[in-house]
Amino acid sequence: MSLGVFRLHDGIRSMNFWRTLACVVLLLAVSLSLAANWLAPAGYAKQYRDATDAAPSRQHWLGTDEIGRDRFARVLYGTRISLLLAPAAALLSTLMAALVGGLAGYLGGAWARAAMAVTDLCLSLPWLFLLITVRAVLPLNVTPLVSVLVTFLMLGLLGWTSAARVLCSTAGSLRDSDFVRQARASGIRSARLFWIHVLPNLKPVLYAQFWISIPAFILSEANLGILGLGVAEPMPSWGSLLKELEGLVSVGEEPWKFVPLVLLVVVVTSFQLVLSRQDEAAA
Amino acid sequence: MLGREKLGGKMFNRKMFNRNVTRRIARHGLAIAVTVLLGGLLSATLVRLAPGFDTDEAQLDPHLNSASVQALRQARLEQHNIFRFYLHSLQRAVHGDLGTSISLGQPVSVLLRQRAPLTMRLVGIGLLLSWAVAMALALSAAWLRASAYDTLTTVISGTFLCIPAAVLALLSVLWNAPGALAIGLIVFPQVYRYARNLLAKAYALPHIITARAKGLSRLRILFWHVIPVAGPQLLAVAGVSVSLAVGAAIPVEALCGLAGVGQLAWQAALARDLPLLTNLTILVTLVTLLANSGADVIGHMLRGQES
Repeated sequence: MSLGVFRLHDGIRSMNFWRTLACVVLLLAVSLSLAANWLAPAGYAKQYRDATDAAPSRQHWLGTDEIGRDRFARVLYGTRISLLLAPAAALLSTLMAALVGGLAGYLGGAWARAAMAVTDLCLSLPWLFLLITVRAVLPLNVTPLVSVLVTFLMLGLLGWTSAARVLCSTAGSLRDSDFVRQARASGIRSARLFWIHVLPNLKPVLYAQFWISIPAFILSEANLGILGLGVAEPMPSWGSLLKELEGLVSVGEEPWKFVPLVLLVVVVTSFQLVLSRQDEAAA
Repeated sequence: MLGREKLGGKMFNRKMFNRNVTRRIARHGLAIAVTVLLGGLLSATLVRLAPGFDTDEAQLDPHLNSASVQALRQARLEQHNIFRFYLHSLQRAVHGDLGTSISLGQPVSVLLRQRAPLTMRLVGIGLLLSWAVAMALALSAAWLRASAYDTLTTVISGTFLCIPAAVLALLSVLWNAPGALAIGLIVFPQVYRYARNLLAKAYALPHIITARAKGLSRLRILFWHVIPVAGPQLLAVAGVSVSLAVGAAIPVEALCGLAGVGQLAWQAALARDLPLLTNLTILVTLVTLLANSGADVIGHMLRGQES
């Protein structure tokens, strides 16, 4: 018994260690990307025409790309875009999921069936097919800033379906719970009941869905960027930075080109480690 | 007497079971039909509202007289109503005419016939590879029950889960690996995660704990007690994995230069060829729905046979 307790303690301690490490990594990545203006004052678009496709040096820590832009600056600014806009898209999709799934689950009956039919329709479409179809409908020849907003807005507006499904079933079980029945019997209005009693109880699920969506959106943006359907040049993002790998002949030739990939893998892993087992279970 | 009652009960259960299966198949069929019809309406709306729909290059042909140009304009005007346009598209689709690709100038049905076999082969081999790797890791982790090995397999699958599908496709080009291997590596972490969790849950069931306490061999517990419990749910994962593999075909075919349906979808997206893209999306959706429904019905039948 005592051995079991010790093992449990060890497990929790090691889990806390990894979660803390993940939080530190994420804080570091966000801080560095926010300090991009100081760390790379020349910006992400400045071209050094005498040093195109250069190897790492004192002036250019990660070398330059094929048109002479500093890769380190582009990684910092690209990290800022991906790390600020992916959570924003996740927030949007979580709010939509709360509204659609939470409300449908709370109202139940035909509302829940209709909402889940729409959700099932969206879920049956393969994610990347859906993304490129919607991206193709939207204008492709827009300014870089608009392309960034369009890409992440699209992720946020399309990524709510699986979260809505979870929230619908959670809200459905809350609807039948004793405290909601008692509140209803006391004459509390439906809107107030949903806002004051149901929504706060959905918080753990919403929180978990928010954290789960961030790495999914980062990976989706990277896929779209590599396929040329993401953020437009010269704006950097992890997707457009990874597009450089297309021109590689061998892995060992220019290993510094893999820095954005390593950074992406570390950040995505950190986002997944931040979620505790309880949060994962709630999701 | 008792035997006849038992036999009657069994026959009644069999009838009920068959009726349940038929009802389930009908429900799935209805859901697929509604999804395809709604998806078709959505696609027709997208195509109809896309910029440039009203303009037809043929109208600029100097060889056409004014009556022909007027007739072309009239034909376009008739398609202004979205529902009428959808009905027209639906009628043509029933006769096997899925429209013409704007960018490639070929009928969509011909393009699909040319490209579908390669995608089916890639997705099929990719799925086989992913399931072989995922099940080998999940079963060995469940069988050995060593936390170090479990952590190792989780770290391996977690690493692949954190790499974008398009990067795995690029790496497969770099290492001259076949595209099917890239699809396998994209799908395997998801399958592994579900399979491992299902097997872990099955191992925690009371009757399996009892079997272990009674000293049954690990192999016997795994194949006689754990897999039959997790099997139907694993089948549901198989349905989902088809959708994942089809989605993975886009970056793999686009970046590896493989002329399949995925590459066609990517080219259509870059060229804003909406008739082609929406038709492809509906067909892919149909395939994934059929896979999911098939997995669900087979899983239901297995559960029914067990009970």
